[in-house]
Amino acid sequence: MNLPSKIIEDFPVLRQTVDGKRLVYLDSANTSQKPQCVIDAMTNYYETINANVHRGSYRLAVQATDALEGARAKVAQFINAGSAAEVVFTKNATEAMNLLARTWGHANLGESDVVVLSEMEHHANIVPWHMLAAEKGFELRWIPVGPEGRLQLDSLDRLLDGATLLSVTAMSNVLGTINPIPELADAAHRHGALISVDASQYVPHVATDVQAMGADFLVFTGHKLLGPTGIGVLWGRPELLEAMPPFLGGGEMILNVTKEGFTTADVPWKFEAGTPMVAEAVGLAAAVDYLNVLGMDEIRAHETKLTAYAMRCLKSRYADTITIHGPSEPAERGGVLSFEFGDVHPHDVAQVLDEAGICVRAGHHCAKPLMRVLGVPASSRASLYLYNNESDVDALADALERADEIFSL
Amino acid sequence: MPGLEDLYREIILDHYRSPRNRGELVVPPAARAEGFNPLCGDEIVVYIDVDDEGTIRDIAIGGQGCSISQSSASMMSAAVKGHTVEEARQLISAFKSMMSIHENDLDDVDDHEDHTEIETVELGDLDALRGVVKFPVRIKCATLSWNTLIQALDEVAATS
Repeated sequence: MNLPSKIIEDFPVLRQTVDGKRLVYLDSANTSQKPQCVIDAMTNYYETINANVHRGSYRLAVQATDALEGARAKVAQFINAGSAAEVVFTKNATEAMNLLARTWGHANLGESDVVVLSEMEHHANIVPWHMLAAEKGFELRWIPVGPEGRLQLDSLDRLLDGATLLSVTAMSNVLGTINPIPELADAAHRHGALISVDASQYVPHVATDVQAMGADFLVFTGHKLLGPTGIGVLWGRPELLEAMPPFLGGGEMILNVTKEGFTTADVPWKFEAGTPMVAEAVGLAAAVDYLNVLGMDEIRAHETKLTAYAMRCLKSRYADTITIHGPSEPAERGGVLSFEFGDVHPHDVAQVLDEAGICVRAGHHCAKPLMRVLGVPASSRASLYLYNNESDVDALADALERADEIFSL
Repeated sequence: MPGLEDLYREIILDHYRSPRNRGELVVPPAARAEGFNPLCGDEIVVYIDVDDEGTIRDIAIGGQGCSISQSSASMMSAAVKGHTVEEARQLISAFKSMMSIHENDLDDVDDHEDHTEIETVELGDLDALRGVVKFPVRIKCATLSWNTLIQALDEVAATS
């Protein structure tokens, strides 16, 4: 089954023009556009329900609480979590990773410990560990990135020897590489380590089953998943979440407070101090509903086909000029196409594309260690989602001719 | 809406294709400063060799970046080489003034010649970078090397 061709009409932003040209949005790895149903769900929440959660005894407050907890249950089901209590709402994936580092990491990592990352991590899965390592003195090790932007796993056993945690991305935000999480989870567990998965680029595009993955923790963000900004998720195995100390202190996260101290609420609320992001949770739930109706497998199939088309199209038109990073086999990657266009700097590529109404990202994509491995200071990145189609790719390919013209060096 | 021709003037592309004063100087006697644009990863290294009379005897530019940051650095190097530190500082302030956004000027920068500092200092080729102001995200590209030159001059001032 294919995705409906009129899908673009569900996304108000994509209906607009830029200087009379159709807006071509190729930056969904950065943030996705929102379908009308997500916008409506949030507006409807504010127009008909809005009340604070977990405290009022009146009907509106009960409805607001139900909306928040209903969203949690929906998200839990979307990633096949064992229960809704395993889903902690955070501000975004970055906060989820910091929560993990500041609570589990703080309680469990010391001088003799080792945290293993990969060279293709986003800064959000690097800096929290750098920050904690500076305090706790544990060692960081790195799984190298090899040919075609794949993890080089021949040294994995050596790297995991004595490790406490492996924290790795499920899909690179630069290379598109899909990493073999079940295999990595098995290896981590064999060495007595836990595995946390940065699934920010994965959950929006591929049907996700945290249990089948063998993950211990998994983080992602709502806004790359057709949902609003301001909401992310930390999923964890229940016994691990139970044992973790709380994150921020305040209302919502306590069972009791006295002048002498406090006791914490149950999981997941003990990690959610303060008034939570209720409208955002409602929006995220609407996004999950929307994705479920289309079907994650159909979305993945559409994107794989479109990725294959894009790689073929760009390589055939700019054989001598373009270098696309990451796996050459579309089935092994997501629709994230980072590329070098001759000697034209990515900033200039993005500028020329902008004139044609095409949105791409240029820069280091918050993955500076990876850029160093790739031997480039920056790249241009076109990233695809369910609302993109071949005409978007054609527009990109056409507009690159202008870059060729202006910068023919 | 400004077009690409406002940004990519021929003289800018010329400096991008054939950057002037590219390379390194021996430190010391030269001073060295590094500038980063954390947004895009551009990096500029500026080396300056200032003699006892306060003249910039030599300047070299290293690092990498986009056409705007590279051409701006190249033009800057050509403009300050052989000039005094004081003249360089005047040029820096004139250039930065040209690059500063005044909200009302955004639509028609060319029509506003009320930046008095600009008028007193001859910008020459650098005037070609005026169009950058119409592309606010690129202003940091254009000013990166200039801010780095300030650091290098401060370095010289601190050690002399």
